[in-house]
Amino acid sequence: MDFLNSLFTDFGAQILTSGTAAFAIAAIGVNIHFGYTGLLNFGQAGFMLIGAYGFAITIESGGGFWLGVLMSLLAAVLFALVLGIPTVKLRGDYLAIVTIAAAEIIRIVGGNALLEPLTGGVAGILGSQFQPAFQALSFLPKTGTFTLGPYTYPYTEGDSWWLRIVGWSLVLIFCLIVWLLMRSPWGRVLRGIREDEDAVRSLGKNVFAYKMQSLILGGVLGAVGGDIFVLSSSVQPDSLGRTTTFLIYTCLLLGGAASIFGPVLGALLYFVLRIGITDFAGQFIPSSIMNSQQIPQFAWIVVGVGLMLLVIFRPQGILGNKKELAFND
Amino acid sequence: MHFSRLSRSRSGSKKWVLPTLVALLLAFLATFIPVGATASAAVPTCSPDATTACVRGTLLDDDSNAVAKVSVTLTPPTGPEETEVTGSTGQWVFSVHEKGQYKVSVDTSTLPKGLKLAVASKTLTVALSSLAPAAFDITGSQTSDGHVVQQSATSLYLLRVWQQFASGLRLGLLIALASIGLSLVYGTTGLSNFAHAEQVTLGGMLGFTFAGVLGLNLIVASVITVILCALTGYLQDKFIWGPLRKRGLGLNQLMIVTIGLSIALEYTYQYFYGGQPVAMTGIIQQNTGPLYMTPISYLSMAIAVVVLVAVGLFLLKTRIGRATRAVSDNRALAAASGIDVDRIIRLVWIISTGLAGLAGVLYSLVQGGMQWSTGLQLLLLMFAAVTLGGLGTAFGALVGSMIIGVVVEMSNLVLSADLKYATALVILILVLLVRPQGILGRRERIG
Repeated sequence: MDFLNSLFTDFGAQILTSGTAAFAIAAIGVNIHFGYTGLLNFGQAGFMLIGAYGFAITIESGGGFWLGVLMSLLAAVLFALVLGIPTVKLRGDYLAIVTIAAAEIIRIVGGNALLEPLTGGVAGILGSQFQPAFQALSFLPKTGTFTLGPYTYPYTEGDSWWLRIVGWSLVLIFCLIVWLLMRSPWGRVLRGIREDEDAVRSLGKNVFAYKMQSLILGGVLGAVGGDIFVLSSSVQPDSLGRTTTFLIYTCLLLGGAASIFGPVLGALLYFVLRIGITDFAGQFIPSSIMNSQQIPQFAWIVVGVGLMLLVIFRPQGILGNKKELAFND
Repeated sequence: MHFSRLSRSRSGSKKWVLPTLVALLLAFLATFIPVGATASAAVPTCSPDATTACVRGTLLDDDSNAVAKVSVTLTPPTGPEETEVTGSTGQWVFSVHEKGQYKVSVDTSTLPKGLKLAVASKTLTVALSSLAPAAFDITGSQTSDGHVVQQSATSLYLLRVWQQFASGLRLGLLIALASIGLSLVYGTTGLSNFAHAEQVTLGGMLGFTFAGVLGLNLIVASVITVILCALTGYLQDKFIWGPLRKRGLGLNQLMIVTIGLSIALEYTYQYFYGGQPVAMTGIIQQNTGPLYMTPISYLSMAIAVVVLVAVGLFLLKTRIGRATRAVSDNRALAAASGIDVDRIIRLVWIISTGLAGLAGVLYSLVQGGMQWSTGLQLLLLMFAAVTLGGLGTAFGALVGSMIIGVVVEMSNLVLSADLKYATALVILILVLLVRPQGILGRRERIG
């Protein structure tokens, strides 16, 4: 019983964290790209990282919180333009390779020793450099902790209730925005592009412009996800690499692409399942067979195999509609 | 029908052509390897356990020659300093029994004259039961008996340019070995295989298992590794990719399946081999010859050239090779003219994974080890190479790889070393801007 108790406590803690919210927001962004427009953006982690850099560096150099957010969004827009203009016209897998390459460039350059005064190099920008600007906006008490059931977190500082509230409110707001957008004529054109680009073009729509708009919008959501992600830790380039992108896809495909709540449900389930596997393996597999270092690795192996099985046997995920499958060739 | 029967029987008997070829080659070249010639003498030992950690390093000059008789001092967080003098291998090691911040410094007055050290002391965070390596970057070079080579700045720079170019050729050849498979699979099935990186890593890991752990002869271990890698290609196509093609899974869907496979394999390697690089052999060789490389590098390049030529001849001259190119050009037409497309694709998978395994073995030997993430680092270089050369064209992959290899290594002359992969990726994006079909590709493929 103790084990079950701690397991469900872990589940709840994981569901609440701002990290899960950050993944959900980034996955909503990828849902616009991949789920609704059929664009294979494999550089979402790059959008998150460049957004986080724009945000943290602006605040660090005294620009204030709102300018930081603005710069974060602008950085994502610029990144989307640079990426999209050469590749959106090409076939899907070209976009995939270019976006993954561009995201890697951001990560490698960000971690470069030459940029250390700006980005902090591989060590990154410490949270204390930019988090106070966010915490100053909090309407909760500035110090002290609050306990809800088994969960005790600070009101405002660090990995706080304030951050959780903001993160999950943003998730809900973005779900609402995506819902409104996708039932608008604009959203119908995006779906049309996903289904048959040539048909949409023959109706006189500028497919390139729509694809760019989709790339920018989803990328901006990636940047917001990146901001939330770094607000509980630091801006470390290596924490937002390729694997992060792949995990965002895993979340999206698990929940169901081209559905409003799919990315959110996927992010929640993904983290809950992973912590469930870790807890179970830690509890029931003797350490002679699997030591404490191998348990998280085992969980990752399960994630990889799970992604394969998911895409093969249930490509529409949990909430998706098979008729709206984003995988077209 | 006649052609179909013919190609079927041929593909049946030729299934193992490549691994066998590679095996013969390695056996032939074996006679040239001076294995064990430079077995190390009196290496200080330290093995990490629950109460011990090893702070260690090797002092090497620009030519990777050991720098002997240099004092290295360790300053622990508490307690007295320790000093050690490097032996003939240039190695130094301290056993420590407390975790914390340790400072390691090299006494520059004991360095041979003419050798310089940019940073003479480093601070390391050491955890128990671990190896804490500290690298010191010594510039200048000396002969093997310890005399410093005096050279003018210009000739040193030219030497460096030449060296970077040579390592570029080496990297290019190794990437070519790996990326031809990636390109062939793409050409025949349309799949961008993200798990190809892990096939390269697999080569290094299996090589380590057979040579490093089981202690087999390097050649035998390499041959077994390549054969096993090729076998994984056969099994993958038989049990995963073949059935999925029959199910009619879309290409993007398949691509995400390969990403899942790639994640699973990466962590499988970490699970079994840990996070540190593993080496097939502990032999440290000296740089020699016109390219200033280790003998094993020359050998690897020779093997790569021979195998690449063999693959080229196979594709151009043999019936089954022509059938492969036919499938690559137009699958439906190839099938209509009696080529057994599924058999060709299976053969392509075998060749692809076999070559990737060989590339992994050679890369591990050249670089002195393979890590779970090494293949991953190479994957984007491979994608850059095949895109530059023209997606799906085997010869394009070769051209692209050589260019990427040389550019990546030469960029070291003007940019810092950690940016070299970024250079390749910038090229990739520029190519797509200017000539999306690549150097040897054709326009209609990109639409």
